[in-house]
Amino acid sequence: MKLKNIFSKRNRSLLRELVITDFKLRYQGSILGYAWSILKPLFLFAIMYVVFGLMIKIGSVEHYAVYLLLGIVLWTFFSEATNQGMNSIVARGDLLRKINFPKYIIVLSTTISALINLCLNLMIVIILMLLNGVEFHFSATMLPIYILEIYILALGLAFYLSALSVKYRDTSHIWEIIMQAAFYATPIIYPLAIVAEKSNTLAQLLLLNPVTQAVQDARYSFITKESLTIHGMSDDIFFTMVPFLITILIFFGGTYYFKKNSKYFAERI
Amino acid sequence: MSEINKSEIAISVKDLHKTFKLPHEQHSGIKQLLVNRLKGAKGYENQHVLKNINFEIKKGEFFGIVGRNGSGKSTLLKILAGIYTPDKGGVDINGSLTPFIELGVGFNPELTGRENVFLNGALLGFSRKEVESMYDSIVEFAELEKFMDQKLKNYSSGMQVRLAFSVAIRANSDILILDEVLAVGDAAFQAKCYDYFEELKRNKKTVVLVTHDMSAVERFCNRAILLSEGSLLVDGRPSIVAAKYTIHNYKSTVKDIYKKNNDKEGVVKFSIVNNKTILKYGEDIKINLDWKNLKNVKNVGVAIYKNTGEYIYGTNTIIDKVDLTNEEKITYNLKLNIGNGNYHFRFGFFGNTDQEIIQFVENGPTFSINDHTIAWGGLTELDHQWVTRNV
Repeated sequence: MKLKNIFSKRNRSLLRELVITDFKLRYQGSILGYAWSILKPLFLFAIMYVVFGLMIKIGSVEHYAVYLLLGIVLWTFFSEATNQGMNSIVARGDLLRKINFPKYIIVLSTTISALINLCLNLMIVIILMLLNGVEFHFSATMLPIYILEIYILALGLAFYLSALSVKYRDTSHIWEIIMQAAFYATPIIYPLAIVAEKSNTLAQLLLLNPVTQAVQDARYSFITKESLTIHGMSDDIFFTMVPFLITILIFFGGTYYFKKNSKYFAERI
Repeated sequence: MSEINKSEIAISVKDLHKTFKLPHEQHSGIKQLLVNRLKGAKGYENQHVLKNINFEIKKGEFFGIVGRNGSGKSTLLKILAGIYTPDKGGVDINGSLTPFIELGVGFNPELTGRENVFLNGALLGFSRKEVESMYDSIVEFAELEKFMDQKLKNYSSGMQVRLAFSVAIRANSDILILDEVLAVGDAAFQAKCYDYFEELKRNKKTVVLVTHDMSAVERFCNRAILLSEGSLLVDGRPSIVAAKYTIHNYKSTVKDIYKKNNDKEGVVKFSIVNNKTILKYGEDIKINLDWKNLKNVKNVGVAIYKNTGEYIYGTNTIIDKVDLTNEEKITYNLKLNIGNGNYHFRFGFFGNTDQEIIQFVENGPTFSINDHTIAWGGLTELDHQWVTRNV
């Protein structure tokens, strides 16, 4: 997978067509169409907010509603990118059996669709921010960096999982279960501070998860300084680097595994 | 083919091997993996699809690959197209290459004709700008001006093929790989295909064509190879390869019939006398039919079909008043007053009535009529005369 090839004219236009197709087909035949990509996380947010914000009152954080929405939007992005990326190769099997083109373009195109969805969802976050009277900090400009971190992690996982799905179709079921557990292991609905009250070490451990670290940092820079970040929890430079290292490791590992297996996709699917 | 300048070679295949692992069970899952590991079983069988294939295709050559189903020709094609990876040996491609394993790759029924053109174009290696610039001529050639904003699922299959073909012929690669493209569509579409082939030939494109149609091979190819059970059997002039294909095809059908009837039932054996399977108009063909252990054969029928499906002629021993009592060997003699094409025999062994079928041979020996002196068209020549009437 040479960088030069990724950006060759042919591959760029193919990537673009696949992203466009993906987007057009996603809500094919539904009346609300693209609106669903905003409505789905919005409803998840509404449910979570009613349960955890109003009933159980877990959210003692300032601007909990926006705090929750941003978390859900970022999590949805991570979940969509890994899930759709994972299934993309098997789903496009008919194409792979008939024409030779760089396989990573398929995974890339589905994760880019997820990225476009994220951008739409972030607009809702900004609207809610304004309604909630959240002040805009200059640090909010850091947000793209955290999104990039989640994207690279998700892409690495999508590469690994999509290649694994070609061999074992069980992969998608296992991943579904893992993601369900991970949703609760990541402080999306509850503030990390609740964990830190009980055990500081556990909160630190949770922050080693790159998604947790990125979501907490994004909330910190975007919404409230009450959001616990890895830098706030530890002074150890090495410790604070761990989530980034994990991300890079997963990305290169996934890319390597994908590349090694991709030449046999056509005959194994 | 001794000393050829390297730059004149478009495709070079050396010592090519391909094996597929065929899983014993259809399900590919972790459970199966664990079960197999515990049993110590491999869980798959190796199938050697291509064995030591060597050939070179020169630039500008129209190259045919023929072989029966399962001979490995599609696998070879997919390796040339870079879709499969060879186990051993390699393929050197000199120049840009576009494969047409199927027309309309990536076509999605939920997208409009227009959107599909852009998607398909991108898969064939065109940029959006390139597709835009040739969009009008694509639509015009496909004769689908009014339908481009409709979803592809509302197209008839003929319209889909036309659209796909119209995009495909824009491919401007040095090397084109075509698989059975001819098999789809009606006569008018086939004519368009043939025109396209002629154009490719005129433009000195390198073309690899995989087909069952020997007449197409003889008409277009400069060279062809015949594959059988993964090995390269013949490499040479199209007429020779076509002839070998026909004979080879017939030999393997004989083997099939033997196998089928080996255990308890009867045996049917048939052969074309002198193995003469490429004939001229009006020549005689002689077939020996032998059978054993078929109970009560009262009537033997012989029919000729064109390989494209038309029933040409058939008769049986009752119609022709031939007594078969105590006979197990018979020769059928036929004068072939039929036009150019590929034909095959079908045999039936009956009891007292046509309904009482004892044995039926669907794929009897094949033969071709290959006569360049024939100028008329159609299945056969009918008595006719022209009378000019001056007013």
